[in-house]
Amino acid sequence: MAIWNEAKECMSRDEMSALQSARLKKIVNNVYHNVEFYRKKMQQCGIEPGDINGIEDLKNLPFTTKADLRDNYPFGLFAVPKSQIVRIHASSGTTGKSTVVGYTRKDIDTWCECVARCLTMAGLGKDDVIQVAYGYGLFTGGLGAHYGVEHLGATVVPMSTGNTKKLVNMMIDFGVTGLMCTPSYLMHIAEVIEEMGVRDQIKLRATLNGAEPWTEEMRRQVEEKLGIQAFDIYGLSEIMGPGVANDCIMHSGMHVFEDHFLPEIIDPNTCESLDDNVTGELVFTSLTKEGMPLLRYRTRDLTSLTHEPCECGRTTARLSRFKGRSDDMLIIRGVNVFPSQIEAALLSINGTTPNYQIIVDREGTLDSLQVRVEVEEKFFSDEIRELEKLTKQISHTIQQAIGLATQVKLVEPKTIERSDGKAKRVIDNRKFD
Amino acid sequence: MALKQLSVFLENREGRLEDLFNVFGENNIDIKSFSLAESTEYGVLRLIVSDPDKAKEALRNVDFSASLTDVIAVVLKGGFGSLQEVTDALPADLNIEYMYVLSTEAGHQSIVLKIKDIEKVEKVLIEKGFSLVD
Ligand SMILES: [Zn+2]
Repeated sequence: MAIWNEAKECMSRDEMSALQSARLKKIVNNVYHNVEFYRKKMQQCGIEPGDINGIEDLKNLPFTTKADLRDNYPFGLFAVPKSQIVRIHASSGTTGKSTVVGYTRKDIDTWCECVARCLTMAGLGKDDVIQVAYGYGLFTGGLGAHYGVEHLGATVVPMSTGNTKKLVNMMIDFGVTGLMCTPSYLMHIAEVIEEMGVRDQIKLRATLNGAEPWTEEMRRQVEEKLGIQAFDIYGLSEIMGPGVANDCIMHSGMHVFEDHFLPEIIDPNTCESLDDNVTGELVFTSLTKEGMPLLRYRTRDLTSLTHEPCECGRTTARLSRFKGRSDDMLIIRGVNVFPSQIEAALLSINGTTPNYQIIVDREGTLDSLQVRVEVEEKFFSDEIRELEKLTKQISHTIQQAIGLATQVKLVEPKTIERSDGKAKRVIDNRKFD
Repeated sequence: MALKQLSVFLENREGRLEDLFNVFGENNIDIKSFSLAESTEYGVLRLIVSDPDKAKEALRNVDFSASLTDVIAVVLKGGFGSLQEVTDALPADLNIEYMYVLSTEAGHQSIVLKIKDIEKVEKVLIEKGFSLVD
């Protein structure tokens, strides 16, 4: 299978380290002289650009957090004059101010290059017709994916989100072979294709799905349902947008485009660097970004890293499937619970589809955990006894996974809120003051 | 000759039963008999209707979980103890999952039985002079 940029994606580890070291030195020098925030931070840590001689010195650099981005709203972390910024994106903050990112012409080119690498990884090329069904606008998903498809030389169909039937009809009429959207939207599209009974009329071959987590089981399920290959794409606006890393045909982790983004894994509590294959918080340092380069940006995403070469021929480091977000983590009765654990438990039960909602509440001083599960036809029984058995089985499996007693409630199909964008999986009704 | 029973999952919330009956009304589906089994949070409505396949499809279109279950319906011979005549006629080791009345019409009183191994039971009942509803 083709590789978009063999020189960069397949270089030896020594060459990659040398390239990263050279770029890191340059970027540290850049932010020290052009971003007041970093100059002050480095001075507080007692380091100067000259102290950083290569990636082995990364651990001495200060971290950057989402709060730092908010505090420097809107343009405080830009490293170039505004005249060089050609595009702005912003993410809506759940708590007040949004975070703003700026790109130079070269940053946009880099982004296009990275998305083209992702698409090539998914087996797509210039002859393909690709629908982009991420939201277009301030969110990086739509436009980021869009220009990457154009850069690849394929035909882009800018659907954005919304009318799913129209999307499916165009998929048939235009002979669409590729699709980029969130995992939950992909599953919704798959349902609509099934309802419309047009599975044999679609030519869809590969999808790239990101911006929200899903499980390996969900990915496989949708692959089977549609007869396609579904790939994970990872990105975050602070670092670039979709296309920071992507899963290859081996589906054994997402390749990070390490010549542009330097990854590391840290313990979220102690901030110590962790070894390969140990789960912790993912941290990125920009190596080539001009508009808003970030040092050691804490993504809050929990995963692990491996530097083993991949069977696909690429040598770039790979991220394992995300285990959740360090700030999505629910602390229930003192136990750390990730929604992804509950999801995996649900999926391990034969016949249970992933339409569920986690509701955390507090009665007096005691936290309660309820999981609502939609009763799909395939495991519905006319006997109450069978339904009660199912409830117990779900509750038991979740308890095995997270170590907490869970109340399971069976609900009617399609009663759990679903939207074309992100699914609301967790409702936390507890009040923390 | 098993009878097709329509089984529907219902959450215990207001208006759901009404929603269901509206679907039947709109699709001209006649309810011949039904029984509701409940737990504290949900119920399973079991119905004998005029067109079970059509009813199931209509319910699915409005997002109810519905399935078809094979049951048998036996005509009672009438008179005192006629229900016991049926249970006595059944094999001793047979477990009746549930039962309910299908018709109370004089001379045509009948009941619905959910059991395993329908074919075998049908044969037994016919041998013992019962007639089945189809
Ligand atoms: Zn690979």
